[in-house]
Amino acid sequence: MHVATSPAFKENAHKALADAGLQKALARSGPSFIARRASAVAGLPEFEELRNIARDIKNHAIENLDFYLEEYEAKVIAAGGQVHWCPDADAARAAVLAICQRVGARTVTKGKSMIGEEIAINAHLERHGIVPIETDLGEYIIQLRDELPSHIIAPAFHLNMEDWEEAFRKHHTDLPADRSLAERRDILIEARTRLRSKFLAADVGITGANFLIAETGSSVIVTNEGNGDLTQTLPRVHIVLASIEKCVPTIEDTTSLLRLLARSATGQDFSVYTTFSTGVRRPGDLDGPDEYHVVLIDNGRSAMIGTEFQEMLRCIRCAACMNHCPVYGAVGGHAYGWVYPGPMGSVLTPGLLGVDKAGHLPNASTFCGKCESVCPVKIPLPKLMRHWREREFERHLSPTAYRTNLGLWAFFARRPSLYRLATRIGAKALALLGRKRGRLASLPFAAGWTEGRDLPTPEGDTFFARYARAQRDGTH
Amino acid sequence: MSKDILLNAVRRGLKRGPLPEDRKAMLRGRLALHPRHTIPARSRLPHAGQVDLFVRNVEKEFGSVVRVADWNAVPDAIADYLSAQNLPSRFAMAPHPELQAIPWSNRPMLEIRVGRAEATDAVAVTQAFAAIAETGTLMLPSAPERPTTLNLLADTAIVVLRASNLVGAYEEAWDKLRAELGGMPRNVMLVTGPSRSADIEQTLELGAHGPRNLHVILVEDAG
Ligand code: SF4
Repeated sequence: MHVATSPAFKENAHKALADAGLQKALARSGPSFIARRASAVAGLPEFEELRNIARDIKNHAIENLDFYLEEYEAKVIAAGGQVHWCPDADAARAAVLAICQRVGARTVTKGKSMIGEEIAINAHLERHGIVPIETDLGEYIIQLRDELPSHIIAPAFHLNMEDWEEAFRKHHTDLPADRSLAERRDILIEARTRLRSKFLAADVGITGANFLIAETGSSVIVTNEGNGDLTQTLPRVHIVLASIEKCVPTIEDTTSLLRLLARSATGQDFSVYTTFSTGVRRPGDLDGPDEYHVVLIDNGRSAMIGTEFQEMLRCIRCAACMNHCPVYGAVGGHAYGWVYPGPMGSVLTPGLLGVDKAGHLPNASTFCGKCESVCPVKIPLPKLMRHWREREFERHLSPTAYRTNLGLWAFFARRPSLYRLATRIGAKALALLGRKRGRLASLPFAAGWTEGRDLPTPEGDTFFARYARAQRDGTH
Repeated sequence: MSKDILLNAVRRGLKRGPLPEDRKAMLRGRLALHPRHTIPARSRLPHAGQVDLFVRNVEKEFGSVVRVADWNAVPDAIADYLSAQNLPSRFAMAPHPELQAIPWSNRPMLEIRVGRAEATDAVAVTQAFAAIAETGTLMLPSAPERPTTLNLLADTAIVVLRASNLVGAYEEAWDKLRAELGGMPRNVMLVTGPSRSADIEQTLELGAHGPRNLHVILVEDAG
């Protein structure tokens, strides 16, 4: 079980900036995500239109979520499955454990699931003598290294080849010393071989879900490796972990969201395996599970409904916001200290862990606005980060806390490379902020920023300089 | 009990009780009609153009396609592919009537085991219910005659697709599924290219846990 280090964001960030291995990984992988998404988006002229549609679908689903969840459950039951309603993480862990214990499970294979990380299901199973085995390649090495994923779709984003070889040699103790693990191919084959027997031996398979479909009672997973499919096809029992906001009305709604998901995430037009699971093995089927359980988890989502953070529930976990975030690009995911990094994490984590623990995160922003401009469901992430700051003010934070937050903001704004990236991609953000004329004074920390005599003045025509001018001239 | 706790928490957020019946009826109508949203123009082509688009997309995603004139040509196409790839001429095949009707005796060297895939199978052959030109995607619904393991366990997956089962957009494939299968099968896989991972240094490697090779035999029955 990993204790959240979100309260220590600034210390984490300092460490991250000094971590040569991490910096190498970030420099290599960051730009490629951006380029791949750009090319996929360029190939679909309807992309912008689909973003509006996606936003509306998710809004509609959340406005009627109680109805759709009940419809969904009825369809799951009709297909021979069962829904376990879990208000919090404790209830979800207990539900999963009860199923595993009832069927006498010894090993459990797992597809990648962020909600699984959120409720720390692996640690819970281990404590009760059940061995969970992560099968997504990235999650597998994260499990070997006993750390949290550093990215929501690329868990091992922070690692380099030497880390892979080291972890495999350390944990696969029967590997002959002369067996080469120098190439990516070697690593992949070793993992594939090793995990194949685990897939075949597992008693239970646990996957997440990208979507739950009320129309059909289906859970949808999206993967490139095929590990999620093996996880949900081979064992006798399939457990789906899903948070409530994954529920959408129809297959057509899901299809429209899927057109955006892979493009926004990896820059593929479609992921390799997009799989719809509906209940148990049917009469005559030669494969598939005999039991199908959906562990449906609230764990803080319903508390966001009706607040300014309701919009965050549209998130389809594509990771575009972190892939385009200059702060994430500088410090990586672990600095955020918990399961969800980057802009989406900065909004979500204070909601799930509490402002007292994660209140610093919304300050880890340069306000460049890039996250919002790439978000496929148009979540106004910078605005939501500002809401968290305003909430902190309403809580009458002490001057010390105020200084800490200002310091954090300054910390990022002062990094020249970050600053350049932020200003280069800031044109859109300027338009965005500029629309809110007269808001400068009410922007948290704006006063502190302008009075910040101890801050070195950034060179050239900076974001904030242009922003101030736009305010003055009323231009964007 | 916990269901009520959860649903009430949602309703508290929405600042209302359970939806009134007329509103529910409206939403049920939306579920029954499952209206389509914008469909990208890229697949709005005559059928021959959709077939070409499908082939281009499969190849772009590192799969391969061979086009054959009729069912009689399938055994040769498979045997030739296997030998070109240096693969054994032994495979597991879906118990699908369309596949079983193929004149396999044309190529007596092919060793066929009909059934689901086992871990030891190097090659699996299955039938595509539909294919989607938009992204070069195969639709593979589970059924007694189309076991899911055939899509996953073998290193090489060969999929036989009738051109007449190829459509432009996902929505058309879903409508075909609703019309012909009458509801959701246990499992529907949409497969686009062979298995891959970019988890190591964000660099693509083919053949993660699923098949490393995805080969489509496209039977041109559409005229
Ligand atoms: S907030 Fe938007 S961009 Fe970020 S992960 Fe969620 S959907 Fe993707």
